[in-house]
Amino acid sequence: MTDLLNALVAFSNFVLIPATAYGAQLALGALGVTLIYGILRFSNFAHGDTMAFGTMLTVLFTWWLQSLGVGLGPLPTALLALPAGIAGTALLLLATDRVVYRFYRAQKAKPVILVIVSMGVMFILNGLVRFIIGPDDQRFADGERFIITARAFKEMTGLDEGLAIRTTQGITLVTAMIVVVLLFWFLNRTRTGKSMRAFSDNEDLALLSGINPERVVAITWIIVAALATIAGVLYGLDKSFKPFTYFQLLLPIFASAIVGGLGSPVGAIAGGFVIAYSEVTITYAFKKVLGYLLPERLEPDGLVQLLSTDYKFAVSFVILVIVLLFRPTGLFRGKAV
Amino acid sequence: MKKLLMASAAAALMAGAASGEEIKVGVAAAFTGPLESLAPPIAAGSELALKQASDSGLFLDGSTLTPVRADTTCVDSAAAVAAVERIITSDRVAGVAGPMCSGATGAVVSNVAVPNGIVVISPSATSPSLSTIEDNGLFFRTAPSDARQGQVMSDLVMERGIEEVAITYTNNDYGKGLASAFEEAYKAAGGTVTITAAHEDGKADYSAEVGALASAGGEVLVVVGYVDQGGSGVVQAALDTGAFDTFVFPDGMVGQALVDRFGTAIDGSFGQNPAAAGEGRELFTAMAEEAGFDGTSAFAGEAYDAAALLVLAMQAAGSADPQVYKDKVMEVANAPGEEILPGELDKALEILAGGGDVDYVGAASVELIGPGESGGSYREVVIEGGELKVIGYR
Repeated sequence: MTDLLNALVAFSNFVLIPATAYGAQLALGALGVTLIYGILRFSNFAHGDTMAFGTMLTVLFTWWLQSLGVGLGPLPTALLALPAGIAGTALLLLATDRVVYRFYRAQKAKPVILVIVSMGVMFILNGLVRFIIGPDDQRFADGERFIITARAFKEMTGLDEGLAIRTTQGITLVTAMIVVVLLFWFLNRTRTGKSMRAFSDNEDLALLSGINPERVVAITWIIVAALATIAGVLYGLDKSFKPFTYFQLLLPIFASAIVGGLGSPVGAIAGGFVIAYSEVTITYAFKKVLGYLLPERLEPDGLVQLLSTDYKFAVSFVILVIVLLFRPTGLFRGKAV
Repeated sequence: MKKLLMASAAAALMAGAASGEEIKVGVAAAFTGPLESLAPPIAAGSELALKQASDSGLFLDGSTLTPVRADTTCVDSAAAVAAVERIITSDRVAGVAGPMCSGATGAVVSNVAVPNGIVVISPSATSPSLSTIEDNGLFFRTAPSDARQGQVMSDLVMERGIEEVAITYTNNDYGKGLASAFEEAYKAAGGTVTITAAHEDGKADYSAEVGALASAGGEVLVVVGYVDQGGSGVVQAALDTGAFDTFVFPDGMVGQALVDRFGTAIDGSFGQNPAAAGEGRELFTAMAEEAGFDGTSAFAGEAYDAAALLVLAMQAAGSADPQVYKDKVMEVANAPGEEILPGELDKALEILAGGGDVDYVGAASVELIGPGESGGSYREVVIEGGELKVIGYR
């Protein structure tokens, strides 16, 4: 019995909890990608760097608040700075839309052209973020670090294995849930949300029924700014903020959105968790867990690791390829790529 | 006009002959690339030694020394080879202090130094593979081989009665070389290594790597990495998940930044880094400050020593011909003879001119062993109460 509990705790500590937090972060990122794909009809490659930009603004505000001595006690100050970060990012995205994307929209440019354009935007944001905050690691998490530490858990339960839950992991889950509920309520219950969905389903019909396209686009960008900034800040709080890693996040985020079905918000969330759980489970060494579960003579000598952790990103790629081969519309019947 | 030119050329030659010749020495460092922040103090260290010897007026009957810089980039061996080739064939340097990184150094020794017969003394290449490189007696280094550090680290772990460790290393020449040197020494001493896993620098999250390490088990985690890179990330993730709470740190990790970041959380962890103590080091640091660079920067002292050894070997041989003076490098570096500290190059030049013996100690307590590399003394460090404490030298 204790063995079973130990195995369960070890599994939760190294797989379940980190993967759930990571999945929530990916899901929020993928929601942004999927909204843009659904409403503006292109794959926004600048999304990773939008997240970096939003996080950067939040980090700067956090530092300012910290210098004033403002804090949230046990919670990270960054939560307080989040609205400012979102507002700044929204302004940036609206400005980009005004200067760049609107021109191509007016010309009814093909999606592939918009994709290339978004790559240009990506490089500019990339440079902008490095120019302002630099390419280095920035740590901005403060407040209580753990909800429960591994040592405290061991003492409490008397088990051999510890279970640690970081505050940032808890915050990630709670925030992600609130954001998702708000987003679905907005899309399904409000007039603006409904007009967005109508625009996404059939642009011409929506225009005929008097929906103002520029308004829909503007609101989409604002929501995307909020999603990207929240996802970026949660990821940065949980891990650390470094512009380059946000650029790298683009791959798992796109994999999540495509696996779930591009344009489908439910799919984006499911996709985020599928990618996160596969990445972590496939690269985890199960030696310890199996050691607890199996009788002694069956105990594995090797690590029982399917893939070395170096190949973490390859997992997203493989899943992406499999989904595109066998079910191009994704799990939740989004639009085909 | 022609006559005037001839006359002035002749005059210049005469003048040159009167005050000895101008001897050029290459200063090869990675001025661009991943170690570019370390390169300026290293180059400045070498150039300081050359300047002191040159200004003394005692070097080879009043010859002067001129440094010639070359950029060896650290990561691009082809560029390093081309850069050193250039200063040898077009500037005609008599010897080279450098290059910095192990990969570049290996390429330069095999492809340039040996074919051209030029002496190369690297201040900072630590890879064990350089100990056995085919060098015709032309290659030396004032930095110790990581094979030695691996042995020292293994001794430290063994003496604490730890018989099972997990190893993680940063995925490059340094990490791989040191990790395997340690693994070899530790296994030979009877220890068990549960896993040797690489980690990439510059990632945001190391929980997956730590998951594998934790699953493999081990009493302590040996972190062969960089303190401002993935090394600290791994330690953080290991502490967070409660996977390990005691760590072993080699030179890439031991530093103030480590305890600044983790404080008392890593109490009881231990490690080693090259000994920076001694009178020579203090003298050099003061000299460097006067000359306007940071003498405490990694391998700056070793760079001073590398250039000083070149100069003293030339003086001892009475010639700047590499084929002649290459045999004198070990002689001037080791006992017997008068001990020479940094800043005493004039004294050493005088002794050598008079046919005496010197034992160059320099900034880094140089003692060349085996194939011409520093024997390497390390200081043993433990972390207690959130502070680094030096508890011994070996």
